[in-house]
Amino acid sequence: MTTAASAQIPRHGIRIVLIWLVLTAIAAPLIVFVLGPHLPPGNMTSEAGSQRDANVLLTALLVPIALLVVTFFVYSFVVFRNRTGGIVDGPPLFGDAGVQLLWIVLTGAIVLALAVWGSYTLIVSSHGAGGGQGPSPVDQPKGHEHALPVQVIAQQWEWTFRYPTYGGFESRDLAIPDNTLVAFHVTSLDITHSFWAYELGVKADAVPGVDDIAYVNARHTGFFQIRCAELCGLWHAHMAKKGRVLSLPAFQAWIKAAKQKNAVVQKYLAPYSDVYFPAPLRRAG
Amino acid sequence: MSATAIPVVRRPVWRRLIGFNMLTGLVLGIAGWFLGAWVGGQIAVGHDYLLGTDQNDVGAFVGYLFAVIGWLVGLGFANYPIGRLLGRPPTLRHHELGGWTRYFRLCTDHKVVGIQYLFGVGIFFFIGGLNAMLMRTELLRPIEKAWPSGQYLTLVGLHGTMMIMMTSAFILGPFGNYFVPLMIGARRMAFPRVEALTFWLTPAAGLILMSAIAFGGLPFGWTGYAPLAVEGRGGVDAYVTAFILIAISLTLVGLNLLVTIVTMRAPGMTWTRLPIFVWGVLATSVLMALAAPVLVATMTMVLMDRAANTSYFLASAGGSPYLYENLFWFFGHPEVYILALPGFGIVLEILPVFTRKPLWGYRLAVAGMVGVMLLSFMVWQHHLFVSGMNAGLRPFYMLTTELISIPTGFIFLNAMGTLWRAQIRFTVPMLFALAFFFNFLIGGLSGVFLSDVPSDVTTHGSYFVMAHFHYTIMGGLVFAFFGAVYYWLPKMLGVVLNETLAKIHFWLMFVFFNLTFMPLFAAGFLGMPRRVSAYAPHLQVLNDFVSVSAFVLGFSMLVFLANLVWSLVFARIPAAENPWASRGLEWQVPTPVPVENFERIPVIRSGPYEYGVPNAPAVADFTPAALPAAGS
Repeated sequence: MTTAASAQIPRHGIRIVLIWLVLTAIAAPLIVFVLGPHLPPGNMTSEAGSQRDANVLLTALLVPIALLVVTFFVYSFVVFRNRTGGIVDGPPLFGDAGVQLLWIVLTGAIVLALAVWGSYTLIVSSHGAGGGQGPSPVDQPKGHEHALPVQVIAQQWEWTFRYPTYGGFESRDLAIPDNTLVAFHVTSLDITHSFWAYELGVKADAVPGVDDIAYVNARHTGFFQIRCAELCGLWHAHMAKKGRVLSLPAFQAWIKAAKQKNAVVQKYLAPYSDVYFPAPLRRAG
Repeated sequence: MSATAIPVVRRPVWRRLIGFNMLTGLVLGIAGWFLGAWVGGQIAVGHDYLLGTDQNDVGAFVGYLFAVIGWLVGLGFANYPIGRLLGRPPTLRHHELGGWTRYFRLCTDHKVVGIQYLFGVGIFFFIGGLNAMLMRTELLRPIEKAWPSGQYLTLVGLHGTMMIMMTSAFILGPFGNYFVPLMIGARRMAFPRVEALTFWLTPAAGLILMSAIAFGGLPFGWTGYAPLAVEGRGGVDAYVTAFILIAISLTLVGLNLLVTIVTMRAPGMTWTRLPIFVWGVLATSVLMALAAPVLVATMTMVLMDRAANTSYFLASAGGSPYLYENLFWFFGHPEVYILALPGFGIVLEILPVFTRKPLWGYRLAVAGMVGVMLLSFMVWQHHLFVSGMNAGLRPFYMLTTELISIPTGFIFLNAMGTLWRAQIRFTVPMLFALAFFFNFLIGGLSGVFLSDVPSDVTTHGSYFVMAHFHYTIMGGLVFAFFGAVYYWLPKMLGVVLNETLAKIHFWLMFVFFNLTFMPLFAAGFLGMPRRVSAYAPHLQVLNDFVSVSAFVLGFSMLVFLANLVWSLVFARIPAAENPWASRGLEWQVPTPVPVENFERIPVIRSGPYEYGVPNAPAVADFTPAALPAAGS
């Protein structure tokens, strides 16, 4: 190896890092300040907010990593391409223990930091982040004993909702009050569905025989989309609804009206229960 | 037995067409299905009446069982054991079969099986791709127009199963079978008859899977979640049977390659001289041998729930849907690395050849593959973060999932080190290998969103997941597959592929692959669930853009097909023995590769990647003086 060739080595590295720094300096603020506020699922609930924060942080962290690798590759394509047209051997480099160790330490540090941060946000700061936690939740927000329970019942292919603290009446519409801790109790009558309230930042599988609990605390009023996020047969795509977050007085009024409206079916309903086992399982689509 | 001693018996074409071949197998298979359906119906009279179904599932399963037995007997798999029982001498059929008809019958030559696999999985890949085109046609409109939702779901199911289950051996089947013996200096695989069986189970599984269309279709994607699978119509029986057959095939492929690599390496082929592709195959084989049997058990439970009215997965009768989800993903997550690891092996195999440099950090690459292999068994519950199961374990699975990015990162460091100060030649295989890294980078980094629980609550079950795994499987595996096709086809088929068409194929595929799947990350972020035949109207522009891109992506595959047909049938330009000037052992044998691969077992003298090393010895000594020219 000549001295001229070895003098070239550090310059490539510095150039790649400089290009990467410039690209990152452009991309990172764009992600955090321009793209970030629009990342899903918005800010309607504290759970949705914590998910959006996670999405912003991950994007802002991962895009620079991608830029580093892409910069390296593109730089190599331009600088290290074979210009002779013939077959020329490159330098026989078999590896470099220092570089490899540095890479392992760096990726290991990033990964461990991500895992610690993810666990912290899941357990401490967002209390389950709106995800379904099963019948005995482990990440419970403060005051969860007084949370308003709302049962979400999935079946092929409809959502219904029961309010046990209001006599267990059943409604085809979903409304929850704002600034109140709500505990969704998601279950299913037939097969596995998944309750996805997009703007609320709630996703919980509806599993027959399981009372899947997810907490949410709405910050302001408005509409939210309900979807089924687990393929459940023929009309999976049409298990879509609109739910509402109402102010507390409006919610009380809605409860009263809805209770009245659904009173006729009350006597046909099974008594309120955490899970239901209607029989038999049908063979359908 | 030396190469000259093989008697080649050439029988007339008419004699080769009747006898034990694909046609006989098909006839006996269909006859077996009717017989089995009748027998099953007699075993379980009134099953359909008692369960309130429109089909006797016992009849269906026994029918499929008899069909598979008929297919294998028709192909001649019973001849050898029966012959041995009657006291006839053992034979290896490839010694007596030559010509093109051996591709349509039981043949124990690993090179024939490799080419059978190449065209077999290729056909399933194209059927799966066609399903994708039909799905994207439906998604041009926000409500069902092209297909009723039941048929749309069948398309989703067939696309998923074709792409993931039928093509699990996408690389190990064609290239593992063909090149592993050549690369380690062996004359055959450890179990040639098992090798033939693994291939011939694949078309049986494929045909049975497609019979689902006739029996009511599939109501689910490739995951076949119970209890939806238990209540589904007759197509589910086909899905269950096909998956059992494929899982048996995968287990045997894994064991066969594992034993071959461990025991049949030529003298001097030490573990540190083993080509990195063989290491990738080795890691994948372990996954196949350990994960696929779990799938056989899972599918047997679904079979029992459907046919024998057990209740493994029915909550109302004491079962649990979680049992299925756990068992399925315990297989399912290693399965996605079964798809990814051979891709790592191929791109790292291609890079040194076209950079004319040694593979940078060989041991790190091996560590990366083995690390991915080990970790892949510890992450499966990240598919179930919002299922309500084991909520307390979510931080653990978050950690293990994110840990996988460390060994995966090794592969990227290997690539970057190999490119460093290289002499890069942008040949077609190299382009595909480099595109692999771009796609897998995006696929891998988007996976971090799914491993982080708060972020996963947004993205789980949405198009974001779908875009993520298409970036890793299509952008990773399929790009690596085409890289391998362009790299190794000159050796396998002995012809040169047209380079202009190949470059058109690459650029169309690369550009429109990204234009198809990049917007789907946005669709997922905007709240579009997976596997839907209808979606919110405001997502139509996005979906139309994706559909049109997908059609061009599909067209790029036709360019490849045209190139293959043109080069193989019409142009037929014979390929050089070593067109890439590679040091790989597989390139040092003549084209076409002789039946016995090597006249004498070579003695390996140096590693396969010692490009640019002054006075590097030739990779192997092909005429060793003092070694037995033994049969293997």
